[in-house]
This record gives sequence, C-alpha cells and structure tokens, in this order.
Amino acid sequence: MPSLNLLGQALVSGVLIGGLYGLLGLGLTLSWGLLHLINIAYFGLAFLSAYLTYHLGTVYHLEPWFSGLIIVPVFFALGVGLHWALARFRVSGLVSLLVTFGFIVVIEAVIQLAWTADFRKLELPYEVPSLRLGRLYVPTLELIAWVLASVFAVFAWAALRWTYFGKAVRAAAEDPAIAASFGINHRANALLIAGICAASAALAGIFIALTTTLAPSQMFAWFGVVFAVVIIGGLGNPLGALIAGVLIGVAESMTMAITAPAWAPLVAFSLLIALMIWQPRWL
Amino acid sequence: MALIRGPHAAPAIAALAALALFFVPAAHLPAFYESFFYILCYWIALATSWNILSGYAHYLSFGHGAFFGAGVYASATLTTKFSVPFLWSIPAAAAVAALLAAAIGAVVFRLNRLRGDLFALLTLAVAFVLSTIVLNTPIDGGPGVYLSAVPLPDIAGSPTATIYVLGLGLAVISIGTAYAVAHSRLGLGLFAIHDDEDVAEAKGVPTFRYKMIAFAISAGIAGAVGAVHAMYVSYVTVGETFGITVPVYVVLMSVLGGMRHWLGPAVGAALIGASLFAFTGGASATIGRAVVAFGLIAVILLLPEGVVPTLLRRARGWLKKRAKPAAMPQVAPPAALRSRSPVSQAGAPLLACFGVEKSFGGLRALRGVSLEVKRGEILGLVGPNGSGKTTLINVISGQYRRDAGRIALDGHDIGRTSAHRIAALGIARTYQIPRPFAHLTALENVILAGTFGGQADRAAIRAEAQHWLEFAGLGARAETLPGELNLHEGKFLELARALAAHPSLLMLDEVLAGLTPSEIASAVALIRRIRDAGASILFVEHNMRAVLELSDQLVVLNYGQVIAAGAPREVVRDPEVITAYLGAAHA
Repeated sequence: MPSLNLLGQALVSGVLIGGLYGLLGLGLTLSWGLLHLINIAYFGLAFLSAYLTYHLGTVYHLEPWFSGLIIVPVFFALGVGLHWALARFRVSGLVSLLVTFGFIVVIEAVIQLAWTADFRKLELPYEVPSLRLGRLYVPTLELIAWVLASVFAVFAWAALRWTYFGKAVRAAAEDPAIAASFGINHRANALLIAGICAASAALAGIFIALTTTLAPSQMFAWFGVVFAVVIIGGLGNPLGALIAGVLIGVAESMTMAITAPAWAPLVAFSLLIALMIWQPRWL
Repeated sequence: MALIRGPHAAPAIAALAALALFFVPAAHLPAFYESFFYILCYWIALATSWNILSGYAHYLSFGHGAFFGAGVYASATLTTKFSVPFLWSIPAAAAVAALLAAAIGAVVFRLNRLRGDLFALLTLAVAFVLSTIVLNTPIDGGPGVYLSAVPLPDIAGSPTATIYVLGLGLAVISIGTAYAVAHSRLGLGLFAIHDDEDVAEAKGVPTFRYKMIAFAISAGIAGAVGAVHAMYVSYVTVGETFGITVPVYVVLMSVLGGMRHWLGPAVGAALIGASLFAFTGGASATIGRAVVAFGLIAVILLLPEGVVPTLLRRARGWLKKRAKPAAMPQVAPPAALRSRSPVSQAGAPLLACFGVEKSFGGLRALRGVSLEVKRGEILGLVGPNGSGKTTLINVISGQYRRDAGRIALDGHDIGRTSAHRIAALGIARTYQIPRPFAHLTALENVILAGTFGGQADRAAIRAEAQHWLEFAGLGARAETLPGELNLHEGKFLELARALAAHPSLLMLDEVLAGLTPSEIASAVALIRRIRDAGASILFVEHNMRAVLELSDQLVVLNYGQVIAAGAPREVVRDPEVITAYLGAAHA
C-alpha cells in the first residue's frame, strides 16, 4: 500500500488531468448533444493547436498565452467553417463520425509532414514554479488549465441553462424544424456553438503543448478516455463532462498509484461499462 | 431488401472470381503479390464479417478489433504455450471470439436503451478493457508473442502462399455467410431490426436471439481472421493488435462499399486496402493516408448509401429506361379471405384481460382493466385521449409488461410472454401512426410479417403478401418504399402487414383517424370482411359512427379504468360515458 503522501499527490494530479479531459470533451459533448454531430475532428484541432503553440514558442519565441490570443480566434473561425461544411452536406449521426475521422487523419498527416513523427516538447525559457499545498506539490500550468477548464465549463453550462440563447439551442437540439417555426435561427446558433467548441479544443491544445510531450499519434490516445468522459458526463452537458473528467482522472491516477500504470486504461472503461449497464437516470 | 437483391449473376461471378483467386499461388508470382492479395482478403473478411451485425441490423460496433484481437491471442497462446497445431487453432480462435461476443451480447442486448451510439461506445470500451487485460496478464505480459517457431503446414507450396490461401478461404466464407444471411429469415429479421426494432419484435422477429446469432457469427469470423493474421505477422503485440486500425477501417470500408448489401463491405475493403498499399513507406505513406481520408470524405458525402447500392440503383434505372414501357400488370382480383383455424367454441372468450395494471412512474395508465374479446367479435374500445387505449394494446401485444393482472389468450396466460412469441400465438396489431420498415418495400413489409407469422414456404408467403396488399388496395404500390406512401396508404399497409400474420386477434389502433369520409367507408367495409373471414378484432377508435356501425361490444375507458361495457347503443347512453366525453354539463 503506497503512502498517504503518494495517494494525495495522485489525487491532485488526477483532479488536474481531469480538467484537461473535461476541456477536451467539451467540444465533443456540445456538438454531439446539441448539434447531433459526433465531431471527433476536435481531437485533431486540439493537436494542431498544440503543435502551433509549440512552433510559435520555439521558432518565434512567443509566450504561450500570446500564441493563444492568435490561435483561439483562428480556431473559432475554423470551427465555424467546418460546421458550415458539415451542415451544407447535411451530415449527421454516424456519418459525421466517419467524416470527421477523415478530417483527423488528414490533420495527423499534415502534422506529421510539418513536424515529423518525432517527439516534440515545448520548453519554456523560464522555470514555472510549483505551488506547495502542505506536503503536496501542485504544478502551476496544470492548475491554470484546470481553472480555465472549470470556468469554461461552468460558463457554458450556465449559458445553456439560463440564457435565451441557451434555451434556443436546446430547443433546436430537440427539434430544429419546430424551433425554427418559433423564430429560432438554429443555423446561426449552431455555427456559434461549433466555433466555441473549436475554440475550447484550441485552448485544450495549448495546455497539451505546455504539459505533455507531443507526437502526432498521441491524439488517438486521448480518444477513448474523452469518449468515456463525454458519455458519463451526459451528452450536451459541459459541466457533466468536467465532473466526469475529474472523476475518471482521479480514478486513473489512484489506480496507477496503487497498482501499475499499465492498468489505468481499464479504469475509465470499466467505469463506462458499469454505468451503461447500471443506467442511472442522469446518464 | 430492394437493394440487397442484386442481379442473380452477382453471386455466381463472385464465386468464380474466388475460385480463380485460389490459383494465384500456382502462377508463381513474386511473394509480394501473395502478400498483397492476402492483405486484401484480410480486410474483405474483417469488413464483411463486421457488416453482418453492424450493417444489416445497424448495431454499430467499434469492438471488432476486440474479437479480431481475441482470435490473434487465442491462436498465439494455443500454438506457443500449448503446442496446438496451427490449423486447429483457427476454429478455436473463432470459438473464443464468438463466445466473447455472446457474453457481451447477453448483457448489452437485454438493455433496451443500449442502441445506436451507446452500443458503439460500449463495444469500443470492451476493446480497451480486453487489450489492457491481455497486456497485463501472462497472455502477453508486455513484450509480445513470437510465433516464428510455430510450424505452418504446407498447403500451397510456400509459407506466404499458404497464408494467402487461408486468408482467401476466410474471405470466401465471410462473403458466403454474408450472402446467406442476407437472403435468409435471419437477414430479413436483421433488416427489420435496422428499421424499427420494437415493430420487428411485435411482428414476431425474435430480436434478442437474432442479434446474438449475428454478433456471434460476426465475431467468430473476426476471430478466425485473427488466428491467420497472427501467423502472417508471426510476432504479435498488444499495440498492433488492438490498435485503432481494425475497428475504424472495417467501418470505413463498409460505409464506402454500402452497408445494406452483402458485397458492399468487400468492395469497400478492396478499394481502401488497395489504395493503402499504393502508398507505402516514409512520407508517401503519410500522404497516402491523407489521400485515402480525403477520398473517403468525398465518397461519404457524395454517395451516402455506399458504392455498391448506388451503382446497382443506377444500373437498374438504366435498364428500366431501356426496357419498353411494360403494360400494367394484371392484378388478380382479391380472392376470398382464407379462414384460419376452425372456431372451436363459439362464444368462448379468445382474449381475457383481468385486473390489468400498468404505471409509468407515478402515472397509472391502466388501473385494473378487465375485458373479454369473444371469437369472431368486434370489440370497440373508446375513451378520451390519454385514457389508456393504446397502452392496453401495447400491454396485450407484449411491448410493455403489465404490472399486475392476468392476460389470457385462449385460456393461456401471456402476461409474461415476450412480444415476438405473442405475435406467433396469433395477436397482430397496427400502429396509430404507421410504423413501416422504412428501407423495405411495401411488399417486403408484408412478406416479413408473413414470414415471422408462422409460414414457411417462401413462394407461398410472397404470393400471399401480394394478395394482402391487393386486399388493402395497395396492389399497385407493392414495390414502393413506405416513405412514398400517403397517410391513408400507410395505414392500409399497417393493416395488410397485420393480416399477413394470420392473426386470430387483430388489434386496430385508430386506423380511421385522419381519413376522409369516403376512405372511412371503404375501411369500415374492409374491417367487416376481415371479421367475416374469422378474425376477432379489438378496435380502438374515436369515430363514433364507425364504432357503432362495427362493434358487437363496446368498452369505454377513462383514466385507465373501464367505466362502461356492453351493447354499443346502450353504452353510449350511459351518463358516466357522456360526462367523460362531453363534460358534466351535458350529462
């Protein structure tokens, strides 16, 4: 049995990685739940953003936050454009999964051609200090990512719940034709949602660049866990995705601390299978 | 179905092509070609086997890699650790994969909510869990398993030729199975599940058993492919075996080729497999992947049905254009309805409900409903909207399980019987809003009901289905897809489909709603003819004139309770009934 200190540290890193799961799952959960598009292109966009952050940082020595000011708006526009194209061809459901998978493969190939398949790590020119919480270390970058992910998730959740825009989007998710007959411009709303999804993916990408070592094939490694997060959190529920992300992150890091790191993938999926079979009402 | 029944030449051509391919090793081509053809066969077998459940019944599985991987490791373990001869490990691997699928299916197919997206994700999760287990147990343990020491029996001259012949054999078995399933009762049932699983069950399709069979067949073939592939690569690792490649590519290939056609996945697999081979090594492999992905996006957007069905449709349209306009087919006048089992005891109840209760959460939809339908009788069931009429039909037909009470058909309790068995016992129903199988033609819709209504002879079922369509006035619309029918025709298709099952009890749920007065008149005449042919009818309707005209007995439901029952003319004078319908002031 590992020491309490190790378990505490595992808890901290689990919670923090959970924030990134939630942020990466945000695009998928919103577009799946509200636009009925199983859009996995966001994984590709997140990695594209990560590589751009890396490139701007190492080649032009731009601060990551400054790169973010460029990348996030650009990706917002990219998301709008992608959704426009998908809507133009009336893609939905499973077909959207296949088409966006095609996009990912293209993005992966582009990344591989531009930056090769080698591992890349964004090195900041300065030391980022860790915070100390009693005997536990809290890495600052991860903490910032977690705070931003939470702000994003809570904001999106509250907007969907209480604003007219949110109600219009939810109504259109139920039945676009009926919503349109009540004066809701669901096409414009969907474009905005898609833009926000892509922007959140870009943000997640920046933190992926800051906290992990990049390789083009890594994007598929996030697939399974984020899918589990999105399902457990409830489709279309950004706050649910964050909570599920933290839940899975903690469960994973605890498993790693108690058993071996190799067993970690079992956790998210066992949880997912158990929940699907149990089928609680909120799922 | 309209799309899967290609020209009869197709199976023959496919068989000939396969036969010719068995002789590729005899041509003594460089080993590269055998390897190339093996990989094509590998993808064809995997994609075609995936399609048997996922394409036909539209239960998309992202877990095909798990069954393939189960086969890979079953074979690797048996041959290296237990010295089982390689050829024997192939059926063993198939059995392991099929058992795995059966175990998963036994859990997930019982959950009605687990359809579509959720099934897809669950299968994805199974693949991840399986790979983690294999990686962390002695099955693999991390370093991978070498099969280079396993003896490979010499079938075709050289090791690569042997592997190729085995791969080709599996591809042929896979396509043959897909063809046989598509043209069988099982396939018909799977296509019905694809369109509307609840209706399929109500029409007598044993949905749970069919999904299990299809899943096991599909996984078993994938397992066998895994066994052969383990030998082909001769060094198996968890990363390669359970990677994202197999589960994703089989889906892409099937979608590209067309999921509703038995040959679609094979065509898709050949196209994608060959184009992947065209780009190998270094940067060109990366560009190749991108090109394949782009091509795929284009095909999915432009040919959403897939290559094979689209081409077949084009070809058929072209043939039709060239053919001289055919004379209107001679429609035989509807013969008199054949009466079914002789009436055993006139006047004895055919269906008896006693104290039937059904609640949805806090809402008590049925509160102790008792009624009897006698043989040869039309029982009118009326009541305000929301009074529980359709719920009662759903409970009797087995779509919902009653919470309490007794439902007996011919004296036998059917309260716990599953819907497809109830259908086989002779209860048929129509839906208030027509729910035809959208991808089957009107005729195929009726054929399905006949097939699962207890008939065996295919030709007879077909002839009879045409007869029922004519009886319902849809003779000329036989080859039409339900989406093109109007409401009136849709309702009559419901009727024809219900009649094709030779029901002893027919439950009609508001067949007249939305029809014009003249359509109502013809429908009333039709219903009378059905009764005269010997069926008993439970008739739910709002149109009081039609109810009074047709019913032998009238039952009134209100808030889930029977408030009146008896001769129609007396019941409508009952003050409580008038209050329920028109409010207290009129009573």
